[in-house]
Amino acid sequence: MSASRQYELVYLITPDASDQEVTDLHTQIEQIVQRFGSSNAVLEKTENWGRRKLAYEIGHHREATYVVETINSTSGDVMKEIDRRLRVTDQVIRHLVVRVDEEIRVADRTRDARKANQARRRVARGLPPEPAPGEKRGDQDSDDDRDGMEVQR
Amino acid sequence: MSEERGGGGRGRGGKGGDKDKDKNKDGPRRGGFFRRRRVCKFCAEKIDYINYKDVRLLAPFLPERGKIQPRRISGTCALHQRKLQTAIKRARQLALVPYVTD
Repeated sequence: MSASRQYELVYLITPDASDQEVTDLHTQIEQIVQRFGSSNAVLEKTENWGRRKLAYEIGHHREATYVVETINSTSGDVMKEIDRRLRVTDQVIRHLVVRVDEEIRVADRTRDARKANQARRRVARGLPPEPAPGEKRGDQDSDDDRDGMEVQR
Repeated sequence: MSEERGGGGRGRGGKGGDKDKDKNKDGPRRGGFFRRRRVCKFCAEKIDYINYKDVRLLAPFLPERGKIQPRRISGTCALHQRKLQTAIKRARQLALVPYVTD
């Protein structure tokens, strides 16, 4: 039994591509994912960032359409195939596949460890394990000014 | 785990340079003013996962030239500097953040 892996795929499409072509590309990827149903490949989430300015020129393009897809699978073969397909697709000017499950697991673990540690220390001081809202100094959400701008991981 | 060091500092002038880096840890400097003690942004704000798609998170660590700001200046702890580094490099590949600007 192999554990499920999570991949993030980001690809950049030429600004010349029409909306139709963008959705076509997405369906293509969806189809590939479906073909790998044997390895439990599921397309979990799609995010279209729309057109965005590039930080530098990529082959004379100054902007591109960004699409982020999150894919779960138990094997890497899906990503291999998607990677190959995107390489040969001319409309895609850049793409990146990142395996994120391990990183997320590490992040969750550090967060849980910190919570447990905090609870332990608070109990040692004779306080309830969870801090009451507004009890601590830095309790407000420090990125309140960015609400609505958050990027999903 | 020693997460941040004293010494060094934001906006240190050209002269003096690295020689006095290890002296006067975080006490008053020769000039008679305090260096603000730098803390790792990610430790302070409890950001466990440095998302490479979040340009607003990465931008403060990329000064005008687009180079990754050294730990000595930003105060980021070693663990998070390492994670920040991978995040910035990924963001660069996706043209979210520049490799160089001039």
